[in-house]
Amino acid sequence: MVKLDVRAQVSMVFHLDKCIGCHTCSLACKNLWTERPGAEYMWWNNVETKPGTGYPSNWEDQDRWQGGWSVGQAPSPVLRSQGKLTGLLKLFYNANQPGLDDYYEPWTYRYSDLFDAPQGDVQPSAAPISQITGKPIDIKRGPNWDDDLGGSPLYAENDPNLASLTEDERKSLFEVERMTMMYLPRICNHCTNPACVAACPSGALYKRGEDGIVLVNQDACRGWRACVAACPYKKVFYNWKTGKSEKCILCYPRLETGQPPACFHSCVGRIRYMGVILYDASRIAEVANAPVEKLIDLQRSMLLDPNDPVVIAAAEENGVSAQLLAAAKQSPVWKFVREWELALPLHPEYRTLPMLFYVPPLVPVMGHREEGLYTRAGDRESIFNAIDEARLPVKYLASLFSAGDPEPVKAALRKLMAVRWHRRSLEFKTIDPQQILADAGLTVEQANAIYRLTALSTLEERFVLPPLQREEALSTFGDTAAEDCRQSCGLGRTM
Amino acid sequence: MSWIQDVFDPKSRSWEEMYRNRWAHDRVVRSTHGVNCTGSCSWNIHVKQGLVAWEYQALDYPRFDPDTPSYEPRGCQRGMSQSWYIYSALRVKYPYVRGALLDLWNEALITHGDPIAAWESLVTNDEKRAAWQKARGKGGFRRTTWNEVLPMLAAANLSTAARHGADRIIGFSPIPAMSMISYAAGARYLQLLGGVCLSFYDWYCDLPPASPEIWGEQTDVAESADWYKSRYVAVVGSNVLMTRTPDAHFLVEARHQGAKVVVFSPDFNQTSKVADEWVPIHQGQDGAFWMSATHVLLKEFHTDRRVAYFDDYMRRYTDGPILVELIDDGSGALRPGPMLRASSIGETKSEELSDWKLLVFDEELKLRMPMGTAGHRWQKKKGQWNLESRDARDGAEYTPKLTLFGASDEIAEIAIDDFTLPGPPRTLKRAVPARRVMTVNGPRLVTTSFDLLLAQYGVDRGLGKGEWPQSYDDASQPFTPAWQEQFTGVSAADVIRFAREWGDTAETTQGRCSIIIGAGVNHWYHNNLIYRACITALMITGCIGRSGGGWNHYVGQEKLAPQGSWAPIAFALDWGGPARLQNAPSFHYMHTDQWRYDRAFKDLCPVTDEKHPMATGHTADRQAMAVRNGWLPCFPQFDQPNRSVLEGARKSGTEDIGAYVAAQLRERKLRFSMEDPDNPQSWPRVFYIWRGNALQASAKGHEYFLRHYLGVDSAVIAEEQAKDDIRDVTWRDEAPRGKMDLIVDINFRMDTSALYSDVVLPSASWYEKDDLSSTDMHTYIHPLQKAVNPCWESKSDWQIFRDLAKHTQDLARAAKIPAFDDLVVTPLMHDTPAEIAQPAVRDWTRGECEPIPGRTMPNVTIVSRDYANIYNRFISVGPKFRDMGLGVHGTKYAVDDVYDEWLRSEPVETWDGRSYPSLREDRTACDVILRFAAETNGELAWRAFQNESEKSGRDHSHLAADTRGVRYSFDDLIQQPRRVFTTPFWTGITTGGRTYAGFAQNIEELLPWRTLSGRQHLYLDHEVYRAYGEHLPTYKPRPDQEAIGDLAVMQPQDGLVLNYLTPHGKWHIHSTYGDTLRMLTLSRGTEPAWMNDKDAASAGIKDNDWVEIVNDHGVVVTRACISARIPRGMCLIYHATERTTGTPKTTAREGKPMRGGAHNSLTRARLKPLFMIGGYAQFTWAFNYWGPQGINRDTYVVVRRMKGAPQW
Repeated sequence: MVKLDVRAQVSMVFHLDKCIGCHTCSLACKNLWTERPGAEYMWWNNVETKPGTGYPSNWEDQDRWQGGWSVGQAPSPVLRSQGKLTGLLKLFYNANQPGLDDYYEPWTYRYSDLFDAPQGDVQPSAAPISQITGKPIDIKRGPNWDDDLGGSPLYAENDPNLASLTEDERKSLFEVERMTMMYLPRICNHCTNPACVAACPSGALYKRGEDGIVLVNQDACRGWRACVAACPYKKVFYNWKTGKSEKCILCYPRLETGQPPACFHSCVGRIRYMGVILYDASRIAEVANAPVEKLIDLQRSMLLDPNDPVVIAAAEENGVSAQLLAAAKQSPVWKFVREWELALPLHPEYRTLPMLFYVPPLVPVMGHREEGLYTRAGDRESIFNAIDEARLPVKYLASLFSAGDPEPVKAALRKLMAVRWHRRSLEFKTIDPQQILADAGLTVEQANAIYRLTALSTLEERFVLPPLQREEALSTFGDTAAEDCRQSCGLGRTM
Repeated sequence: MSWIQDVFDPKSRSWEEMYRNRWAHDRVVRSTHGVNCTGSCSWNIHVKQGLVAWEYQALDYPRFDPDTPSYEPRGCQRGMSQSWYIYSALRVKYPYVRGALLDLWNEALITHGDPIAAWESLVTNDEKRAAWQKARGKGGFRRTTWNEVLPMLAAANLSTAARHGADRIIGFSPIPAMSMISYAAGARYLQLLGGVCLSFYDWYCDLPPASPEIWGEQTDVAESADWYKSRYVAVVGSNVLMTRTPDAHFLVEARHQGAKVVVFSPDFNQTSKVADEWVPIHQGQDGAFWMSATHVLLKEFHTDRRVAYFDDYMRRYTDGPILVELIDDGSGALRPGPMLRASSIGETKSEELSDWKLLVFDEELKLRMPMGTAGHRWQKKKGQWNLESRDARDGAEYTPKLTLFGASDEIAEIAIDDFTLPGPPRTLKRAVPARRVMTVNGPRLVTTSFDLLLAQYGVDRGLGKGEWPQSYDDASQPFTPAWQEQFTGVSAADVIRFAREWGDTAETTQGRCSIIIGAGVNHWYHNNLIYRACITALMITGCIGRSGGGWNHYVGQEKLAPQGSWAPIAFALDWGGPARLQNAPSFHYMHTDQWRYDRAFKDLCPVTDEKHPMATGHTADRQAMAVRNGWLPCFPQFDQPNRSVLEGARKSGTEDIGAYVAAQLRERKLRFSMEDPDNPQSWPRVFYIWRGNALQASAKGHEYFLRHYLGVDSAVIAEEQAKDDIRDVTWRDEAPRGKMDLIVDINFRMDTSALYSDVVLPSASWYEKDDLSSTDMHTYIHPLQKAVNPCWESKSDWQIFRDLAKHTQDLARAAKIPAFDDLVVTPLMHDTPAEIAQPAVRDWTRGECEPIPGRTMPNVTIVSRDYANIYNRFISVGPKFRDMGLGVHGTKYAVDDVYDEWLRSEPVETWDGRSYPSLREDRTACDVILRFAAETNGELAWRAFQNESEKSGRDHSHLAADTRGVRYSFDDLIQQPRRVFTTPFWTGITTGGRTYAGFAQNIEELLPWRTLSGRQHLYLDHEVYRAYGEHLPTYKPRPDQEAIGDLAVMQPQDGLVLNYLTPHGKWHIHSTYGDTLRMLTLSRGTEPAWMNDKDAASAGIKDNDWVEIVNDHGVVVTRACISARIPRGMCLIYHATERTTGTPKTTAREGKPMRGGAHNSLTRARLKPLFMIGGYAQFTWAFNYWGPQGINRDTYVVVRRMKGAPQW
C-alpha cells in the first residue's frame, strides 16, 4: 500500500445555477486589493458571460497561450509554456503572454472639466483618458466587454468551447429559440498542480503549507512573468509599476482572522462555498498525467474522505492539526465534490488540478418558432423540462467542466433537477419522485441535504473556514520562550 | 518528494505581511446607501487612517423564519462602488454658483443693500435674468462659500414669496424611504415656507394605477423572502437578477424548493437565465397573453369545473358577487352601469350613506347589503367596516351568490367593446344571466360583477345569445389563446399549458402563484390594462394576500415604514398643514409646455364613449378639468398670488373664504395656473433639487425642460400642435423659454442636474451623515451613519436646509416680515370622507353643479406662516404632533404621553417660553421618527390596532401583542438590523416571524381594501371607466409610431426606426454609480445602445460604433452594443445615463455642434387622462398614490451610424 501524503487545502465551490452575474465579487476584490497604480487592469476575481471570450480575451485558447501542462512520454506532465530549453530563452521574451490588447488599457475621465470649464457655447462633458498615458483614449476593450452577450457576433460566437458543437448547433445558439447565457465567476483556482509555481525561475511562487493558497512572494519576484504565461486561466498578472507579478491571495489576511475572502463574503447570489479538503499529494503527478477521459475520476479520487480513520491517521502524521481535520469533516466542498459529485473543475484538461469546483447551471427549455410563433420544446405535461431539452447543449458544459465528457455534467444536472422534483412532490401528491431520484442516483436524505445546502444554508454552513492557528507560525520562529513573540511575526513591521 | 513543494516556513514568508497591512483598518461603521433604490442594504464601512477605505455587506440580519433563506448578504456591485465617489474628482466639495449670476448678485447687493431687493432687481430685469439662464449647463462655475450663497437663496425665496407667493418655490426629491431625514429636510423647509413638493412615483411611471384601481392601495407587496414560498413565479416586465440584485437569490433558491419560474421578456435578459421557460413575448404585449391565460383559467377552473378554493375566495374577497345594473347606453343596447346601490332599493335607501353601499344576492336570491364598503367606512356608526359575510342591517350570516347562472330570470344581451384593432372599437353582443330588481327608479336588470367578467373574457356557458369564441383556436374573438398570438408572438398552445400549470399550482397550494412585475410593463401608455390582466389571473385563483402568492410590483415602489411619525415632520404638519403637494406628471406636462407639442389624445387611447367630457379632447384640457373639480392638485395655485386672493376676500368682508374663492373662480376672475400655464403669473420660479436628478434622469422630455424651464438651447425639433385641439387651457402663441429664476441642486456628485443648475451645494454622502432607510424588499429598518465627518465643505441635507432656514429667519426678521395667513387649496383626498364627494362627474364651469369647496372643487384652508420663526419651527416638533395624534390612512394613535416623556428625557428646544422635542441634529430627528412610529414603537402599534379594531368591529390587537413593550432607538439599529412591527398601516403580517406578503391582513383579519366595495375590484363602475371601455379588464393596442408622433419632423427613412426602451440597468441605480469609474470600467465606458445584430447590419452599424439616436425630441450619442439577445425592432439604453461623462458632441441639429443628450433626450411625458378622476372611492387623489403617470415606453427613434470621429 502506497503511503498517503495527506495535505489540507482550503478549497471552493461555485454554484453556477445560483450565479446572477452581478459582479459584486469583482468589486469586493478590486476595492480591497487592486485599486492602485500598476494593478488597475488586474481583476483577480472576474465574471464572464458564457458563451463568450472572457478576460483576458480568449484566455481559453491554449493553442495560442500554451498554458497549463501537457502529457507526453514522461511519467509526469510538462509545462506547455516552456520546454526545458525554451524556458530560459523565454525569460526575456515570451510570445505567449497576453498584451494590452488582450487585456485593456485602463481609462478614466477628465471629471474636473465639469467644475473648471469656463463659460462657453457647449456643455462640458468629461472625456475618457488613458490611466496610463493621461491622453484621450478610444475605448475598445474592457475587463467585461462581452457582458450579457454584448457584441455576441464578435465574442460569444468565438468562444472556444463552441468548437465541440456542430455548425448548425453553433448557429442556432444565436437564434432566439435556443439562445441562452450563463455566468462564470473566476478567481485563482489555487491548484494542487499549479503551472505558475512550476514555471517561476526565481522560485517566488509557492503553495502555503497550511492551506494550499498559491502566492507570489513580492520580495522574491523578479518579474520574469513565466507564471503569467504558464497559468492557463490567466490569473497571474504583471504589475507594470512594481515590476512584479501578483495574483489572487484568497484573502489570506481575512482567512487568518476567521473571515471568508472578500469575494465570498460579498456574493449576493450566495453561490460560493468554502471548506477544507484533504488530498493525497503523492498522487499529483499521476493524476495530472492521466488520459483525458480519466481526469475527472482520478481528480476526485485524489481527494480524501475526512472521516476515514486511515486518512485521519496519515493526516495527523503529516502535521495536519486536529482543528483542520474537524473543519474538513464539515466541509461543504467535500459534499458537493465527492459525496454528491455535483461540482466539477473548470477545464480539468489543463491538468493543474484546480481546487475550485463548479456546479453546472440549469438553463431554460428550448423552443422553436413556426410561422413567427414561439413554442417551447419538450413534454407538454411535464412542469420541469428534461435535461436534454435545455437551451445549452451538454456538450458545451462538458467542454468547460469535464474535458468534453458529457456524463459527469449530465449526472450533476440530473441531480439538480431531481432535487427540485423531490421538493415539489412534498406538496404535489401527483408527483412520484422515487424514480427520478433513483435515476439520478440520490436518496431522499441526500436530496434534502443538497436542497438545504443549496437553498437554505446559513453563512456558517456555506463557509466552513480553515482554523489557521496563526500562533503556530510564532512557535516556528523558535522564540516562544520570550514573553511576547508577536513582534517577530509582523506586529511592528511596516511596509 | 512531492511534485509541488508546499511552504510552511514563516521566515521565508514574512513578506506576506504586505497584504495583511493593506487589509488592516481602524474602524467599521454600519451605514447604507440613500440612493433611489429599494435595496436598503446594511453595509459595514471600513475606515482606515480617517478615510473611507471600502465597504462590505453586513451579514448579521436576525433570522426570523428557519424555513426561508436568510437575507445575508445584501448589497450589490453598485453599492460597493460608493466609496469611490467620496474622494473622486466628480465629488462636489464646495458650494458653487454660476459666475454670471454671482457677479450680478454681488453687484446688486452693493447697489441695493437689502438682499431681498437685490434679488428682485435681478429677476425683474429680463436682460440680467437671461444672462445666467443662457449660461446654464455651459461651464463658468465659481466656487463660493456657504455664507455667501445661503443669504442669496434666502433672499430669492422671500422675494419670490412676496411677489408671487411661496407656491412658486418648487422642490423635488425622490423616494424618501431610502434616506428619510434627508428627504424631510427640504420638504420641511419648503412646507414651512409654503413651497411645493413634487411627487415622484407617478412621475417615474412606477406607480401602478392598477393597484389603486383594484385595491385602493398605492402599492403593497411581498418582501423578497416571501418569493421563496411561491411554487410558481411568473416574471413579467421585470429583470430581478439585474435590478433586484440582493433579492434575486430568493427567486433562484425557490426553484430548488420546487418552484417553477417562467420569465416573460422580449430580450433574453439576465433573469431568463434562471427561468424554466423564457417566453420571448413582444414588448408591451403582456396584457394580451394574460387576458387569454385568464380566459383559459375562467373556462377550466371556474366553469367546466368550479374549484372550491377559488370559488370561495372570489365570494369573500372580490367584488365578484356585487350586483351591477345593466343600463341602456342610449342606442338601445344594454351595457354594464353602476354597481347597484343601497340607495336604489326601497328597503335600503334610508341607510346612512346608502349611495356608497352595495348589494348582493345570497344563495337564496335574497338581496343582502354586505359590510365593508366605502359607505361603512365613512358612516358615523363604526364597527361595520369588515369583510364578514353578514348583512350590515341585521348581522345575519349569508353566502354571497357569485353568479346568477342557473338563477336568472332573464338572459340579457349586453354590448362589449373589443379594442383589438386600432381606431374605434368593435361592439360585440354577449349574454349574461340577469335578474330584474325593482329600484326606486323602476325595474332594472342586474347581474354580478363575476358574470360580467365571464362575458368580457368570452367564456360561454351555453347562454345562447351573442358572439362567443368557438374554441381556444378561434382568433376572431377576444381573448382566446389563438387571438393573443397576433400580439405576443407566442403560440396558443403555450398559453393553454401555462394557464393549466398556473391553475393546478394555485389549486394545490391554495394560492401560492406569484407575479413579479415591473417597469417593462408599467411604463406603457395602457399599463393599467396590462396590470389588471395579470392581477385578474391572480384574483380568480385566490393568490392575492397569500404568502408565496400575489402581485409583486417592484419598480420605484417605496416603503417608508415609519410613515406615521415621519410624514408630519417631513411636511411640517406639526406646525400647520395641509401641505402643498403636487403630482409631478401634471406639473411637468403643463409647465415644461410638453402639452403644446401634443394633439388630442384619441389616437393614443380609443374609448367607448367619445361624448363623455373626460374621454375626449386634449390631455391639457382634461388636466384643467381635473384641477377645477378638485381631483388633482395645481401649483402654482392661481394666476395671481394667493395672498392677493385672501386680501380680496377679507376686503369683501366675507367670513367664508372658500365661498369667496369659489365665486371668484366661477366668475373667471380667478383661474388656476394650469388653465393658463404660459402666463408669467403661472410660472414656477425657484426649483430646489436634492437627492435626485430632476433635470435629467427624472426629466421625461429633458430637452423640453432645457427649453422651457431653463431657457437654454435644446435639441427639440418637434412642432407645437395643441392650438387647434385646446378648448379650456389658454393658448399663447409664444411659448415662454426660461420660466425658472433660480435652480439649486444639492448633491455630492456633479451630475447633469447639478451641471445645469445655478447653484450647487455640496452634500454629505451616505457615509458622512446619520439617517434612516427602509424598504418593502425586506422588513428591517436600517441606519445611515457617519463613518467619517462630512468631507471638505459638505453638510448633510438636514444641516443644509436647517442652515437655510436660519438664514431665512434672520433675513425675515431683518425685513420685519410678520406672521401672516396663507390660503392653501388642496384636492379631494384619499382616505378622507372626500372619497364619497362625487358620485357623478359634474363640471361647475359648465353650470352642471355649484362650485363647493371640498365637494365639487378643491378644498380651501387658511394656514398661518411665520417666516421670522421658520428656523425655530424647523428644529422643533410642533404642538400639533402632540395634540392631534398620528396616523396613516385615517387610522390614528395618540402620542401625547410619549411626547411629554420625550420632553423630560431627551433633547429639547425652548423658545418663546415653550419647549419642544428637538430636531436640530440629524440623529435626534432619527430618534424622533423611531420613538413615535408604530412600526418601531410596539406600544403605538398596539394603539393603532385598537383604533383599527373600532372601525372594523373585530379585534386585531393580537397582531401587536407580542411586541407591545418593545421599541427601537437609533442605537439599537446600529447594533443590528431590526424588523419592523405589524401595524394597520401596511397590509402584511410579520408577527410570529412570518415573511411579509401584501394584503395578508385583508385576507386573515377580514379588513376591507380601501375601495368602493371594500373588496378587490374586478369591475370599476366609475362613469369615466365605462366611457373609456375600461370598466372590465380588456386589451388596448399599443399606440404605433404614427400615433405617437415622435418622428413627425424627423423622417423614418433617415435611418433604422426602432422602438426605444429604457429598462433599469446593471451598472447604475438610475444615474447614480453609472458615472463611477468602477461601473464604467465593467461596462463599456458608457451606457451603449443595445440592438439586434441583423437590425444593426441593415443599418451598417458594427459593435462599438458610435451611433446617433434621434427623434423629434432630441439626440443621443453613444456606442452600439450588438447582441443576438435583443430582438429585432427595438433598442435599449439602460436607464439612466448622464451627459456629463464620456458624451461626444453632435451636429445632428442643423450642423450646429451641441453636446449629445442623455437617455431622456428622446422621451417626453404622455399622460393618460383616465387617471385624473377623483372624489370617488379609490379614485381619489393622494400624493404618489393616484393620478396620471409619465409614460415613456411608447417611444420611437431613428438610429444611424455617426459620421466621423467623436468630437469632445
